[in-house]
Amino acid sequence: MTKSHIKDEIEIELKNVNKWYDDFHVLRDINLQVRKGERIVICGPSGSGKSTMIRCLNRLEAHQEGDITIEGTPLTNDVRNIDAIRKDVGMVFQHFNLFPHLTVLDNCCLAPQWVKKQPRKEAEATAMKFLDRVKIPDQALKYPGQLSGGQQQRVAIARSLCMNPNIMLFDEPTSALDPEMIKEVLDVMVELADEGMTMLCVTHEMGFAKRVADRVIFMDAGEIIEENNPHDFFDNPQSERTQLFLSQILHN
Amino acid sequence: MLEPIHSPPFTKHPVKWAQINLFSNWFNSLVTLLVLYALVTYVPGILDWIFFSADWSGQTKADCSGEGACWVFIDARMNQFLYGFYPDDEQWRVNLAFILLLALVIPLFIEKVPRKGWLIAFLLIGYPIIATWLFQGNIFGLSQVDTEQWGGLMLTLVIATVGIIASLPIGIILALGRRSEMPIIRWICVTFIEVMRGIPLITILFMASVMLPLFMPEGVSFDKLVRAMIGITLFQSAYMAEVIRGGLQAIPKGQYEAADALGLNYFQKMFLVILPQALKLVIPGIVNTFIALFKDTSLILIIGLFELSGIMKAALNDPEWLGFATEGYLFAALIYWMFCFSMSRYSQHIEQKLNTGHR
Repeated sequence: MTKSHIKDEIEIELKNVNKWYDDFHVLRDINLQVRKGERIVICGPSGSGKSTMIRCLNRLEAHQEGDITIEGTPLTNDVRNIDAIRKDVGMVFQHFNLFPHLTVLDNCCLAPQWVKKQPRKEAEATAMKFLDRVKIPDQALKYPGQLSGGQQQRVAIARSLCMNPNIMLFDEPTSALDPEMIKEVLDVMVELADEGMTMLCVTHEMGFAKRVADRVIFMDAGEIIEENNPHDFFDNPQSERTQLFLSQILHN
Repeated sequence: MLEPIHSPPFTKHPVKWAQINLFSNWFNSLVTLLVLYALVTYVPGILDWIFFSADWSGQTKADCSGEGACWVFIDARMNQFLYGFYPDDEQWRVNLAFILLLALVIPLFIEKVPRKGWLIAFLLIGYPIIATWLFQGNIFGLSQVDTEQWGGLMLTLVIATVGIIASLPIGIILALGRRSEMPIIRWICVTFIEVMRGIPLITILFMASVMLPLFMPEGVSFDKLVRAMIGITLFQSAYMAEVIRGGLQAIPKGQYEAADALGLNYFQKMFLVILPQALKLVIPGIVNTFIALFKDTSLILIIGLFELSGIMKAALNDPEWLGFATEGYLFAALIYWMFCFSMSRYSQHIEQKLNTGHR
């Protein structure tokens, strides 16, 4: 099955990536290629290394062995490479991590103004465009503490989009939300996916995975155990660990 | 829709209030009565001494009746308490400098005033030059007044202001340095902080006034006042650094990560994201340090500079005015308290203003 939104060029490439926390082996020989426009959902039990893996992609965590290449730029200790990659890779966190001392609008304008040196007016216009897209333009002058969890997470998505990233990383974006707010965030993510953004998303929202993902990756104990298109992944899981995991989460 | 239910009315009736808060059981009643007894016994005497039987006007000790406090002493010496040994004819320069300071600072607190950045820049760079010129003179037609002649409240304020303004940025740099990932920077900052905190301020002032000149090359000498300022500033910036480090550690890791993920560099991350939050958290600690610094200025007496408490001590030894220590120290205490309490109140105001209701 070929999908029109996936381009040929490889945006993210991981080759034999290994990482340890002291003696604990968190990532074991990870190999992964992501093409432009591809949407990937990563799932697995807690402690399986899925968050660590995507946090390695913008160097919030450093890997110790192997190569990570983002849009052709190798991720090394070179600060210039890290800066260049972070400009192009947006990230959304489980706990939103909005800056509580700034208004929603200032949260969105901060990085474009200081990192991309955009004039304030331009940054504000971009911010309002994306706040409009996540459907909260009317909250622009409020502080994050005045918003609900779902609204905060949508602001966080808008804040990342303001940097015009080519790649978006989502680290369990709905895990800290109350159930009634999950949908509003997922809706925004689905829209984003429909626009052709390259996305890597760590999540347990299997409905979202079925609807959006081009590929689902299952990780356990620091390894990629299985990867497949969502249809085959859910209906016909190959490994025992995947079957066990799926039976556990689908039961809930 | 459910009708909202009102909370039970809050009782404001004084008898009811006293029953609940003062006489709720036999023990509370007993304590209340004892406190009342103590108040009735002592307060009238104290008030009488300070106000009603006190002597308010006169010129010499002979005008003191001895029935209450004799504020004539304070009145007669007021000029010295305010200006030290600053020549009478030149005191307008001190007044002018402080009026100018107020004129520059007050607009900062008025929200509508535009271009505050320039005002702050002028306050930090232009004003100190003007103030130094006014205080010290010697150029542009003003006669020279040596720092030896500065004294009283004026000297207290000069040292405290310089110390407060300089110790905050130095403290921030030390705090960031102590958490730096670069080992050499970290070691330098840790050593500086631990040495400064491990030595009494008196020792530092002694070293600044006695030992420092020994290490200076022949002919080079720092003014004693400058040395005292540097000593106090460095001493308090070590404390300031630890207060600020406490704030830095209270900021969740997610804030650092979000700033990193957005591509902000180290200084942008620290000055735009982390420090604004951290400093806000530790305003009470920062003001605590400011207040300590303000009161610590009284220690420069030991290196022969006569700020407010020093000049008070000297005045009390005047043979013509022996025996007015209570009045003198009470007056000095009141002045210190007024300044420290103002700082405390202002910090509470700032805290409220900066509260954006996060977490």
